Amino acid sequence: MSVATEKETAAATSAESALSVRNLWKIFGPRADRIIGTPDAQLSRAELKAKTGCVAGVKDVSFEVAPGEVFVVMGLSGSGKSTLVRCLTRLIEPTAGSVLIDGIDVTTASDAQLRDLRRNRVSMVFQHFGLLPHRQVIDNIAYGLEIRGMKKKERRAKAEEVVSLVGLDGFSHSYPDQLSGGMQQRVGLARALAGDPSILLFDEPFSALDPLIRRDMQNEVIRLHRDLRKTMVFITHDLQEALKLGDRILIMRDGEIVQIGRPDEVVGAPVDDYVRDFVSEVPRSHVLTLKWVMREPRPDDSMDGPVMSCDTIVRQAAKAALASEHPVRVVEGDRVIGIVDDDAILRVVVAEEEAHQ
Amino acid sequence: MSATLTPPAAAPPTPDQPGRDGPGRSIASIPRWAWALGVVVLWVGIWALTKGTDTLALAGREHTDVQTSLGRFRDDVLAGRADNPVIQLTYDLGAWFTSVVDWLQRMLSVPDFPRPVPQVGWLGVTAVATWVGLAVAGWRIAVLVAASFVSFGVFGYWSEAIDLLIVTFVAVGVSVLIGMPLAVLVGTGNRAVNAVTNTVLDIFQTMPTFVYLLPIVLFFGIGAAGAVVCTLVYALPPIIRIAGHGIRNVSTTTIEATDSAGQTWWQRLTKVQLPMARKTIVVGLNQTIMAALSMATIASYVDGPGLGQPVLDALVKNDVGGAFVPGALIVVMAVMLDRSTTAASEYSEMAARGGLDLRLRRIVLAAAAVPVLVALHLSRTYPWAAELDDPGWTPKVADAVDGFFEWFTDTFRDATQAFKDLVSAVLLNPLQSLLSESPWWLAGGAILALAFVVGGLRAVAPTVVCLGGLLYFGLWHDAMVTLNMTLVGTVLVMLLAVVLGVAMARSRAVDVVLRPTLDAGQTIPPFVYLIPVLALFGPTRFTAIVAGVVYAAPVAIKLVADGVRAVSPSTIEAGRSTGSTRWQEIVKVQLPMARASLVLAANQGLLYVLAMAVIGGLVGAGALGYDVVLGFARSEEWGKGAAAGISIVLLGIMVDRIARAAAHRSGAPAAR
Amino acid sequence: MRHISWRATGLTSVAASATLLLAACGGGTIDDETKANESKAGGAGECGEINMAVNPWVGYEASAYVVGRVASEQLGCKVNYKNLKEDVSWQGFGTGEVDVVIEDWGHPDLEKKFFAEEGDGSAMDAGPNGNVGIIGWYVPPWLAEEHPDILEHENLNKYAEQFATSESGGKGQFLGADPSYVQFDEAIISNLGLDFKVVFSGSEAATITAFQQAEKNKEFLIGYFYEPQWLFAEVPLEKVALPPYEDGCQDDPAKVACDYPETDLKKIVSTSWEEEGGSGVDLVKGFTWTNDDQNQVAKYISEDGMKPEDAADKWIADNQDKVDAWLE
Ligand SMILES: Nc1ncnc2c1ncn2[C@@H]1O[C@H](COP(=O)(O)OP(=O)(O)OP(=O)(O)O)[C@@H](O)[C@H]1O
Ligand SMILES: [Mg+2]
Repeated sequence: MSVATEKETAAATSAESALSVRNLWKIFGPRADRIIGTPDAQLSRAELKAKTGCVAGVKDVSFEVAPGEVFVVMGLSGSGKSTLVRCLTRLIEPTAGSVLIDGIDVTTASDAQLRDLRRNRVSMVFQHFGLLPHRQVIDNIAYGLEIRGMKKKERRAKAEEVVSLVGLDGFSHSYPDQLSGGMQQRVGLARALAGDPSILLFDEPFSALDPLIRRDMQNEVIRLHRDLRKTMVFITHDLQEALKLGDRILIMRDGEIVQIGRPDEVVGAPVDDYVRDFVSEVPRSHVLTLKWVMREPRPDDSMDGPVMSCDTIVRQAAKAALASEHPVRVVEGDRVIGIVDDDAILRVVVAEEEAHQ
Repeated sequence: MSATLTPPAAAPPTPDQPGRDGPGRSIASIPRWAWALGVVVLWVGIWALTKGTDTLALAGREHTDVQTSLGRFRDDVLAGRADNPVIQLTYDLGAWFTSVVDWLQRMLSVPDFPRPVPQVGWLGVTAVATWVGLAVAGWRIAVLVAASFVSFGVFGYWSEAIDLLIVTFVAVGVSVLIGMPLAVLVGTGNRAVNAVTNTVLDIFQTMPTFVYLLPIVLFFGIGAAGAVVCTLVYALPPIIRIAGHGIRNVSTTTIEATDSAGQTWWQRLTKVQLPMARKTIVVGLNQTIMAALSMATIASYVDGPGLGQPVLDALVKNDVGGAFVPGALIVVMAVMLDRSTTAASEYSEMAARGGLDLRLRRIVLAAAAVPVLVALHLSRTYPWAAELDDPGWTPKVADAVDGFFEWFTDTFRDATQAFKDLVSAVLLNPLQSLLSESPWWLAGGAILALAFVVGGLRAVAPTVVCLGGLLYFGLWHDAMVTLNMTLVGTVLVMLLAVVLGVAMARSRAVDVVLRPTLDAGQTIPPFVYLIPVLALFGPTRFTAIVAGVVYAAPVAIKLVADGVRAVSPSTIEAGRSTGSTRWQEIVKVQLPMARASLVLAANQGLLYVLAMAVIGGLVGAGALGYDVVLGFARSEEWGKGAAAGISIVLLGIMVDRIARAAAHRSGAPAAR
Repeated sequence: MRHISWRATGLTSVAASATLLLAACGGGTIDDETKANESKAGGAGECGEINMAVNPWVGYEASAYVVGRVASEQLGCKVNYKNLKEDVSWQGFGTGEVDVVIEDWGHPDLEKKFFAEEGDGSAMDAGPNGNVGIIGWYVPPWLAEEHPDILEHENLNKYAEQFATSESGGKGQFLGADPSYVQFDEAIISNLGLDFKVVFSGSEAATITAFQQAEKNKEFLIGYFYEPQWLFAEVPLEKVALPPYEDGCQDDPAKVACDYPETDLKKIVSTSWEEEGGSGVDLVKGFTWTNDDQNQVAKYISEDGMKPEDAADKWIADNQDKVDAWLE
């Protein structure tokens, strides 16, 4: 695909997309803006650093996020995830490129427009919470409303609603340092929700939490997403989390996009060793859909087996498939597009067992 | 100078890295101390051949051209003051300060003619102060405040004490008005802003008081105005520096998180940065108050009202006992203000957190207000409540103190003289002869080389600038003599700091006994103990060193004690489990692990000793301190005095930058 | 617990108020005194205000308070005493902050700046105050007694070694004075060929302590000192004879080899204040007394520990005749 056509598609889709990022660059260091457009921009991160002293945090990143979608950005530490997500609302000033949120160009927005955007459309949840230690939970949650100039009574009432939404009932008048990490992050979440934004940004919100709490919180996000249908951009370095939450996943390395795709695409068809390495430990049966294990239908296939959608995840299909004597027919809409027999399912499950030993 | 710097927590020790940018890189195997030794040996070698030449010594009343032009500048300002708009403006400002102080005095401390007494008498003032203490910091502080105010009265220094409080608070008020915006600038500004303010503040803090006392009088006038402005200048740096530091160190995550909610610059400042830096800002305020208090005492040299006046009066009569009582009251006031500000901060934190029963508190305060109002009324109506009868304790205390010091000097004088002669012979004189009798190029080169060895490249530029400045201002020889005294003083300070600091850290009892003494040592005006020290050691450099040590040791001891105490108990336990003796534990575990604090203590100690250089000039130490005193005393010598003051600043900055560079290299946190 | 403390607070506060009110009964009130003061103020003279600089030595204090007390008690002036160094005092003439310096030891440089002849004319000479300043080299009395020949400068070298201290680098130590004073000791020492080094005490307090200790512990000490000075009442220092002063022998500071001249101490006043006139101005102009008078008051202050006001009042009461002479 040429750059030009990529841009065209982007332009075409941006009307409907909640967030559209085009050719976004962030280079840290002196006179960073002069690097873009020169051959230096093509250098690897290490070479660039050696030559100019600048660090490329985000390199020429473009993607679209549809309304209501959960879009996960993943990569190893230092790959530029935080930088990317901060560029979206200009907490870090991008060096080049554009960001459109609900059709508004963030990169050229005035200070007032930007403030309006941050107040009303986009909220963010941070890895280290970033709560105000001198304020009670309720006032932390109401902070966004307060700076919009909402009256105390009104904003507290509104914040109180969100408190129960995130399951913090009874803790409104505690101070952050009296709460556990998980509860503090619930406050962070509530603060982001209080302003009723259309987009939520999460920067590794659960990395600082222990595994059990993390699972709770992930489920919480899933529940909230189901109830509120907000667009989410979710940063993580945990693939499990990415697969669990994401409608689509963007994998980054050294500031560049390596792959964008649905979870099953990433696991089923990794574009290179970096991604393959990433997904090697994933229990494939939990991610892959029947599409990835089916074979072409043959005329001799039994037509008695159960019918399943091609988006069904292998694990969910396994029980019914194995119980039936006939292979599963995979359909897309009304059309049968493939066949999954017991062998195919067992191959996925057994390979997974071996990987875990 | 005062303890305006918050000590950083002790950092875990890092193994000696080979110098990143010093000589260690090329020949990594030779340790730093060996290089230093090499430099010194070479220095001594050349010194032996060139001794006494090019020392740039300047005779008593000689001036260089630079000094003469400094003096001329002042004369011009003075001659043109009638029609100089700047001076008119500063004079108006000064007049305004005077009228504010004067009004407060008539309210609280001096008779408001035709009334024979102030508007509010001692009973009323004490009652109100106590009530305020109760309201902002709880009943313990209320008791402390009441006791302090009563002590001002019964020792017969009521109006002086209240005057001192007035000057201090007017100056602190203005300091906060000017200082907080600057602190915000420092806290939110970029590195360049910071570097500039830091240097300016360094200059403010190391510049000897006497140097700017005269120019300030020139611009603002004598008395309360001059006193307020001097105090203000001196009290400003701590609040800017510490509050700025606090604002800067507010968690970036929190700022980012709240920024992402779309706050304005002003909302960020008032709702996030200031509240989160509140504790540090209070520390800054506390330090500013302390600095103001100590300066307001010295401002009595320009007729600043307050307790400094009786102290100076007594000094004129060599009246140790007479100076002691007002001096001790200054300490009482310092302790009162220190403890109240600290407690008020904790108390308000507690109140905000719902740790107090607010309803009960309101009831208590309302109930307590009744007797306060009664007392207020009485103190406006009846002479007995307006003025405390002097029970005549002061002369008795003064006599007792006199007797004690007489006995003390008579008993220990021989021993102290012998000690002085010993230190002079083995340390002071040889080092002085090396520093001040070397040709300037040799001493300068050697200092530069040592700076490079201990501090690396980072130390070189400031050292060159400062040495150049010393040459330019023409007091090289005197500067070397002062440097010598400062170094010897610092050695003594560090000896005390290590011994007492470790003792305090290891034993709670020692700590409890020593801490108030240290507070007193830090806040009591040096004029109070100068005479006994003079009696013990005579008018010598050593007396100056002792004055410096008394002033500097408390800070250094506290820093070392805190550092040693901060060594993690598990490390000590690990040491113990290998069967180390107590001595080994101190020497091999605690002190090395508290190295960062030791470095900081040495740096601060040195700056504090240097700050007393001028006091040294008053007791026979000569050199830069004497030049400053001379400039203050005789108008034709003002230029030389100013040059000497600047030279002291240059010495201070040089040493501080070298120490910081050294700390930076060895991985200890920088001094500030 | 709450109830107890609330009740306790209430009780304490009531009790405290009651005690205070009880104690209040009896005695005159401040208002009475205020009225008395008001009527007194009505009858005050035309003297007005005097801003009296108080330079930091006791002799000065004695003169300042004697003049000040006469002005305030007998002429009804309002006297403000301002504790200032000489230099600062002179700066204050021009701004109205200082009106009178009652004892001036001679400041040619300041006169140049502030007298009308060469300077801005803010200050003027108001004549001698009768005191005579004697400056010279002094030793503690025990030394003069034990080694009488030490009072001749020719013999000083003989004792140089005994005068040595840790500060004097092997030579004899000569204790130079507070930098406020004009001193030629370095020149005198070198021009008389003496084996001494000047060590500056830096302050009067340091010099006095040194002499006190030297007398008490029978130590060798020689230094710059002056009369009148209250210390003489306690330690009567002895003056060492230098080649006598002759006119012009101190003109070239580098070549000085003679004793200091006796100085007639004088009064300096603010020109604008003097022009306003009034009884205060006349008093200051008329004021003159002897060294003995001053030493007497200085002794009251430093030795007997009296407040300067009280010391002055006492002397005034004993010497009203002299005071009357100033007021004529
Ligand atoms: N302010 C800055 N100045 C210079 N370089 C920076 C700055 N912030 C980030 N970088 C660099 O940009 C790169 C990307 O950093 P970023 O924080 O975005 O990574 P990340 O993917 O979020 O990593 P992590 O998972 O550890 O949070 C890193 O190499 C980092 O060193
Ligand atoms: Mg990150």
